Amino acid sequence: MAEGARPLPVPTPETKHFWDGTRAGELRLQRCDDCRHTYFPPRPFCPKCASRKVSVVHASGKARLFSYVIHHRPAPGFTPPYAIAVVELAEGPRMMTNIVGCSQTPEGLVLDMPLEVAFEAQTDQITLALFKPAGSK
Amino acid sequence: MKPKTVAVVGAAETTDLGVIPGLSQIQLHADAALNALRDAGLKPSDIDGIATAGETPNTIAHYLGITPTWVDGTAVGGCSFMMHVRHAAAAINEGLCSTVLITHGESGKSRVGSTPRPPWPSSLAGQFEAPFGVLGPPTMFTIPMLRYMKAFGVTEEQLAMVAVVQREWAAKNPRATFKEPITVADVLESRMIAYPFRILMCCLVTDGGGALILTSADRAKDFPRKPVYILGTGESVESPMISQMEDFTSSRAFRVAGKKAFEEAGIAHEDVDHLMIYDAFAHLPLYGLEDLGFCKPGEAAAFIGARNTAPGGKLPLNTNGGGLSYMHSGMYGMYALQESVRQMRGIAAAQVAGAKVSVAHGVGGMFAASGTIVFSNQPG
Repeated sequence: MAEGARPLPVPTPETKHFWDGTRAGELRLQRCDDCRHTYFPPRPFCPKCASRKVSVVHASGKARLFSYVIHHRPAPGFTPPYAIAVVELAEGPRMMTNIVGCSQTPEGLVLDMPLEVAFEAQTDQITLALFKPAGSK
Repeated sequence: MKPKTVAVVGAAETTDLGVIPGLSQIQLHADAALNALRDAGLKPSDIDGIATAGETPNTIAHYLGITPTWVDGTAVGGCSFMMHVRHAAAAINEGLCSTVLITHGESGKSRVGSTPRPPWPSSLAGQFEAPFGVLGPPTMFTIPMLRYMKAFGVTEEQLAMVAVVQREWAAKNPRATFKEPITVADVLESRMIAYPFRILMCCLVTDGGGALILTSADRAKDFPRKPVYILGTGESVESPMISQMEDFTSSRAFRVAGKKAFEEAGIAHEDVDHLMIYDAFAHLPLYGLEDLGFCKPGEAAAFIGARNTAPGGKLPLNTNGGGLSYMHSGMYGMYALQESVRQMRGIAAAQVAGAKVSVAHGVGGMFAASGTIVFSNQPG
């Protein structure tokens, strides 16, 4: 059994829309109204062209497994071994996550495998965007 | 900077390295600083510039009794000291100060008087990485490697070979923590930490420190030790979050810092006699060799496998044994610089015969920052 609790985020004014989104079952990114660049993590201006004209957009939740490690030591809230992954969203940005619904082994975690978002509520306030193999329950 | 206008005239590590429960972090800085001052034949009152990371520069200046006219507290992790060298060279040339002391000390193992480094839960890393079970560098620095291995067809055996070769260098160094020879099989059978990284692919965690003293090349001739000239310098930063690293097969910070340093030094790769690449984990020398331009993308593992960087090879790399076998207190960049200086002075334990140019390449955070220093022992 996992001991302790995983560290949870404390949203800031600039990231609130993201955490409001996961709680509502939506993966929210931002897109620049001027240069159309879609980006993550959140900030109220475009990291490519510095425009302040940006919009929140709903991501498809589709991604591919970009890279990972399988951690074999205990960490608060986790039962080893567990994978710490980076996924690449269909919209372009990458984010760190955990992969659920498959074995935490090199055989179960194949680079570039298609994934989809799986929201997991941690508290009333915080829901994390995890990912699972596409099409799995 | 103009090459060879500034030189290292004092260099030393802490009296002991490894497990030092009797010294707190600040005293590790001081022990190294006092050893470097003795090496240069100077007193604290001769120092008018101070740079450090891990502690604030005012803490170290006051503790040692130094009244500086120039202060640098750049703290971007293990390559901070490469940046300090670069900034100090510029400051000396600009006349902001004449004699700079750069210190490092870290109670990485014993954790006596050490500074905690937690990610704040409201920071970007705290919000978007900490919740997913990351637990220090072994779980973050390592994440890009499976992508690198897939892109270039590099195997776990090849990654293990990096540690094997560095142990060969460590065997020649009486101060190295690990000196017993190891095989690829030993590495691949060692305890799994974060697949594909096993314990022998991860750096040591030890206590220690180091310090450097720099002054103008004109003054350097009057010091007791053979001056080691700064030939070129480079620095850059990328993302504080490993998940946001631009290219998982190559470090932008490495490429920018390395190119700048080589251009400034006016050297070609074949001019380099000795190389240090900060090896917190076994994959870093692969990225370093490629991003500095010694190997084409994806070819560094075969280059190491062919023993080019091993004792007797054409490009001696991490000749102290590196972070994998020598020591690693947490911010290892200072020890890479110390080994480059020893090689240029001709006093290294595994001395590269006739070495005239040495490159020390550092990383900070998890591919988050980089600094590169090119040294020469030839007067201008």
